[in-house]
Formats: sequence, C-alpha cells, structure tokens
Amino acid sequence: MGNDAGTAPETLLQTPLHSLHRELGAKMVPFAGYDMPVQYPMGVLKEHLHTRHQAGLFDVSHMGQVRLRGASVEAVIAALEALVPGDVAALAPGRIRYTMFTDAQGGILDDLMVTRFDDHVYVVINAGRKRADLAHMAENLPGVEIEYLGDDAGLLALQGPAAATVMARLVPGAEAMPFMSATTASINGIPVQFSRSGYTGEDGFEISVAARDSEALARLLLAQPEVAPIGLGARDSLRLEAGLCLYGHDIDETTTPIEAGLAWTISKRRRAEGGFLGAAIIQAQLQNGTTRKRVGILPEGRQPAREHTDIQDQDGRVIGQVTSGGFGPTANGPVAMGYVATAQAAVGTPVNLIVRGKPLAAKVAAMPFAPHRYFKG
Amino acid sequence: MTIRFTKDHEWIKLEGDVATVGITDYAQHALGDVVFVEVPEAGKALSQGKDAAVVESVKAASEVYAPVDGTVTEGNAALADEPALVNTDPTGKGWFFKMTLSNPSQLDALMDEEAYKSYVEGL
Repeated sequence: MGNDAGTAPETLLQTPLHSLHRELGAKMVPFAGYDMPVQYPMGVLKEHLHTRHQAGLFDVSHMGQVRLRGASVEAVIAALEALVPGDVAALAPGRIRYTMFTDAQGGILDDLMVTRFDDHVYVVINAGRKRADLAHMAENLPGVEIEYLGDDAGLLALQGPAAATVMARLVPGAEAMPFMSATTASINGIPVQFSRSGYTGEDGFEISVAARDSEALARLLLAQPEVAPIGLGARDSLRLEAGLCLYGHDIDETTTPIEAGLAWTISKRRRAEGGFLGAAIIQAQLQNGTTRKRVGILPEGRQPAREHTDIQDQDGRVIGQVTSGGFGPTANGPVAMGYVATAQAAVGTPVNLIVRGKPLAAKVAAMPFAPHRYFKG
Repeated sequence: MTIRFTKDHEWIKLEGDVATVGITDYAQHALGDVVFVEVPEAGKALSQGKDAAVVESVKAASEVYAPVDGTVTEGNAALADEPALVNTDPTGKGWFFKMTLSNPSQLDALMDEEAYKSYVEGL
C-alpha cells in the first residue's frame, strides 16, 4: 500500500501549541513550513462531524497576523486599497472584509481577512504566503508601518454551532457579536482580540492571543464540554463542503477573483473606481464575463475525485480540472470544486471526471455542499 | 494456513489454493477513516508489487499492491456499501480480494507475523 504524500526532511517551525498537540496525541505533518496536527485520535471524519454538531478548536497560529499603521487609519486604508479589490474604506471600526491581494494581471497573490480597528488595520494572511505578502506590502504600501506579529502571537479558531455558547461563557455578550466583526476582551485574565468569523461554514470565532498565553487559552477552551481539538484534515473537508477557496489550490496567480466566483467581494464603488492592481482586467471581466469559472462538482456514486483530476464534457473534451476534491462527511459523499469552461458551468451540467484513467460521472453543482450557518443576529 | 505480510502493509492468507488479501491494522490506522474502496474484478491478472486496488480515506487516495503474482477470483463486494469495514476489521470482514497464485514460492520471501510485527515497531 502506498500514497504520494511525500515527507521532505526540513526544519519545521512550531506554533505555540506544539507541545499541547503532542500531548493530545495528534498526528503531526509538515504544512507550509510548520509541524501541524493533521488529526487527533478522534480521526478526521469524527472531528469534521464534531465541528458541525458541537464545536471544534483549531490551531491556526501558522497563519500570518499583521498590523498596519500609518499617519491615520484612513491613510492606511487608502494605501491598502491599491492592493486589494475589497472595499476597506467602507468598513466601520471593528468590522471585517474578506478580500485578495491581486497582481497587475488580476491574478490572486493571496486571500486575506482585513479588520479595521480605530487606530490601525489588522490583516490575516496565509501561512505559505507570508514572506511574499510581507514583501509585497513593504514595497507597495508607502507610509505604512508593517508589524508582523510572527511568533509572538497565536491564533485559535473555535467553530461550530456551540461556539457561541462556549464564547459567551468566557466573554459575556460574545454571542451577540455580528458575523465579520472583531473586538478585544480578557478571558480569565488573558488579553485577546477575537472576531466572529471562520473557515468552516459554521458560526464561530477566531481568537488572536499572545504566544505565551496561547496554551492556557487553548486548554481553557478544550475544558469546555462542547469543544474538541480538530486538525488540518477536518479543516480542509469542512472548508471544501462550505465551498471556501484554499489558496494555492482553488485560487492562485493564474486565477482572477472573477473566475474564482469571488466578484461578491468587490463593492459597487470599487468596481466603478478600480484603483487596485489588475483593476482594468478585473473590470473587463466583470463587464464581459470570463472563459472559465470555479464551480462545485458532485461525483455520482461514492468515489472521490482529487485535486488535478481532469474534467471532460460529454464528448470527451477536457474542459477543466478539479482544484479541491475529497469526501464530505456532512454531505456523506464525494464533493469537489474546480474550474470549467463557462459554457459548461451551469448547475446540473453533466461532466466526466477522469479518475485513474476511467470516466466518473458527475454534475456541476451549487455550493456550498453543507449550508452556511453564520450568525445572522 | 499461511499468513504473510509485505513492507507496504498488505497481508495475504493462503487457504488451500486461494489466498485472501487485505491491508493491515497498521495500514488502516495510518490511513484513517476509509470512505471508498475499489477492488479488482474476478479474472484480473495481478503482478507482484503492482496496483491491485484503491483505498481512499477522507484525505487521500492510496494504492493497494498485489503481494504476489496471480489471478483475482473475487473482490469483496461488501466494501462498496461499507468501506469502514477496512477500519473496524482489517484482517477479517475488511478483506479486499481473493486470488489464485501463479507462483506460490513468492510467499516465502514475504514476512511472517513475527517479522512484520518487528518491522512495524521499527517504523
């Protein structure tokens, strides 16, 4: 028996929760340069379902947390808007936007969360893109002081329908926070900054905490009866079912936000005004459409189709590729997403996935595969 | 009855002229929750060390290799409806396929239970 999951010998970084993961019996794997828990003894399937039914705690400290400061927060926002198509200026203090760093061709350099605070802007970027993003910002954000929190900060995600109950127990009032908002608080004397947001399609929170306090906070959260530790394996199946993009797989420099189905992240003002890298290309695509689109794909039967699987039309022509695919424990079957030619992108279009040389019948499907259950107030 | 093991964590159990093949407890544990299994059809010729079946967990697909040369006599149809049998009973109900052997002496080069146990302990 064998698979192609190679393990390259390298010096791996550790998050502040590394020893806790080992203590909890996690299976550790290299991910974006970090030694990360892919699963705990519960296993990916049960971890996934536990998150959908109760609450899961994820260590996402490998992600990059950055504070941007300048002469004024307005000046920082104006500078940042030159690099992202998201409407940062429209954010009220304490509110969050999902957006992307684009390049001059309209390709996606990374996707990120941007939070406006009273006196600065806080962004969270992907682990594997930290170095590139920091260089990109240093070069293209004149007058902006870039503070990379680096190893000084941990980031925990608490996700699932019981997340609000758990957070409210620790921070009274947290249950009323709007989706995509952020605040600061103290949990058992530990200062935290946290947001109502996540990457699972469930209600939940993401909590930034000093590295030295990370383990104490994680232990406190894990002591709540609803909460179990969840690894990267379930994080991936949860976000796939939620139809959320994974950078380097579903989006990258060769895909634009419009091809990726992320036009909803670009406001009317920003569409009209442009003023971000690649704006002309993205505006033209908003006007005229694109030749390919990211879509959901549901294979018939039980067999999963993985990343890089060719997608063919009924005449055997290759019309695209799967960019993320696997088994969805909540969907209770295989789920996938990928890019197909726009002419074949309508929901219900029959396609064939070429798995180990054989066509596997599938259909273009609406996403998410598991309904989003974000807090609506 | 002879049971032998490969370095790739397949087991093969010979009873009379027919051998049953599956993956070991170590292998199912490493894979995690099995969600799909593709077994070969009766009549398929297998070559030692070459692809014989596919097992997919939530996260990844893995190949199962033929432990010896031979011909498939039966694939385990129960795995289509209940792939998790590979996790719950890897050396029993979770078997993958049965085969006849074209060169039974190939078994001699595989590990016996004791040798496999020490092999796994060394991983």
